[in-house]
Amino acid sequence: METTKKPKKTSLLRRFRHNKPALIAGIALLIIFTMVILAPVFTDYGPAKSDLANRLTAPTMAPGEAVGVTQPHILGTDQLGRDIYTRLLYGGRVSLNVGFTVATIGGIIGVILGMLAGYFGGWTDMIIMRMVDVWASSPTLLIALTFVMILGPGQKNLILALLINSWTLFCRMARSQVLVIRSSAMVESGHAIGASTNRILYKHIMPNIISPMVTTYILELAHFINAEANLSFLGFGVQPPDTSWGLMIGEGRKYLTQAPWIVIFPGLLIATTVLCLNLMGNWIRDEFDPLAVKL
Amino acid sequence: MGMGKYIAQRLLFTLFVVLGISILIFFITHIVGNPVDIMLPLQATDVEREALTKALGLDKPMMEQLWIFLRDFSRGDFGISWWQNRPCMEVIMDRLPISMWLILLASMISVVCAIPLGILAAYRPGSILDRVVTIFSTAGICFPPFWIGLMLMLIFAVKLGWLPTSGMGTWKHLVLPAVSISFRPMGHLAQIVRFEMIQQLNALYAVTARAKGVTEMTLLFKHALKNIMTASLTMIGNDYCKQLGGLSAAVEVVFGFAGFGHLISETIENMDFPLLQAEVFFVAIIVCLINLLTDILYAAFDPRIRY
Repeated sequence: METTKKPKKTSLLRRFRHNKPALIAGIALLIIFTMVILAPVFTDYGPAKSDLANRLTAPTMAPGEAVGVTQPHILGTDQLGRDIYTRLLYGGRVSLNVGFTVATIGGIIGVILGMLAGYFGGWTDMIIMRMVDVWASSPTLLIALTFVMILGPGQKNLILALLINSWTLFCRMARSQVLVIRSSAMVESGHAIGASTNRILYKHIMPNIISPMVTTYILELAHFINAEANLSFLGFGVQPPDTSWGLMIGEGRKYLTQAPWIVIFPGLLIATTVLCLNLMGNWIRDEFDPLAVKL
Repeated sequence: MGMGKYIAQRLLFTLFVVLGISILIFFITHIVGNPVDIMLPLQATDVEREALTKALGLDKPMMEQLWIFLRDFSRGDFGISWWQNRPCMEVIMDRLPISMWLILLASMISVVCAIPLGILAAYRPGSILDRVVTIFSTAGICFPPFWIGLMLMLIFAVKLGWLPTSGMGTWKHLVLPAVSISFRPMGHLAQIVRFEMIQQLNALYAVTARAKGVTEMTLLFKHALKNIMTASLTMIGNDYCKQLGGLSAAVEVVFGFAGFGHLISETIENMDFPLLQAEVFFVAIIVCLINLLTDILYAAFDPRIRY
């Protein structure tokens, strides 16, 4: 077991190292995630600490004054003199938290439903897939917004609202993968020797659908980080003084002409994160899916 | 099965979906939240509460309320908007058409740019051109559209002064919002066109056509393009529906564009229950009709599809 597994692992790492876009994306994501999670280590300011003497300061390398911290406002300050760099790190916690929570819970629900639909077929399949169809042809964003309206804005409610639309893609993907594997000789022989349904589902089918599911997870994560930004921008997510990348753009847009840096940096960070996730997702798909078009 | 029968079936399905969504929205708004609590200030007396409950018909049994709600909807009576104090139908009709045009314009921009880009990339997979297109289309998906809108506004309206920053009225007001909205569908569509085109150009029929001496132009535009239309149409239709269903709201807010997306966002800020119900109803119908339209168009491009 040891000997067969080891070479595969190293060659995978090597392939990763040799794929430049994926490598750069991976490193960038690692840096972003680390800095966001360990925000207090990377900055001396607090996210809501205002420095009214230095409002709307352009990005500068000059040491900060007034509040007793010498760290320069490298990305400038906003309308209340809060450090943009610091707020990007703390705001990222909200953006990533919402993205990861929604993609994870949606993924678990979607994969379970998709596996059931694909494995059992018949009525189970029909009911689940009809649900997916109806969901696909209904205005899910509006239904999500209805929840936001009733429950009120906030991080937890935003997660609930986004969850509504989070499971369908996973469900479709899992189902189509299970349909392929179910008809394989492996599952057939499992049935022949009397393996239980649970055993076949978890020991045979699950491991084989993991890599497409990981790809879907990463791409959906990117999607929900964008969706969170969109709704926070409109003011339906976390409320000030807390912040997220989307809300920073929403609050800063009034100062677009005087202080464009308030808006520029959060947007660039959202795009970088989403772009890197997409590159990683595409790389994993190409690496593990033998059916994908290799170029 | 004839085309007429198919359309009739689909319209029936549409009716069920719209009915289902209406009922869902009714239950969300009536069970999860209490309109009275939202409409009255915190210090309202019990007498005031009771009066409003009665006025809104909320004291009747739930099933009777649902019945009244559906009956009014089927007559085209969507009630009075709490926020604007006039019929919801009027409010929506003021804002919906302009947004439908805006998003249509954005779709057209994305189609006009994405199809040639996708074909160019697919023609020499792996080339520099292909990589540029791939990066461009991925970036189109990654940047938040409202941020693109703000950047375009900063460059073309504030710095260069070519176009108005916000508002509506002339065609100039449509340009920046439409371009900002078009980036995401453009990226998606270019990727789909590229992927499908590569498969088409490697298909056996393409080899045969080339062997017979069909020119590359004829092969691309007469044979292959037709075959990628099904996937492209699905994408264009889906995206149109998503934009109309609230995705365009942020861009409309950026440009102060008094369209449907902006209306949705204002409806939520003002907690206008009847208006939101009516909006959901309208979007549901439009989404179903667009899906039907794309299904009918499939048959025009793919003779194997017969309804």
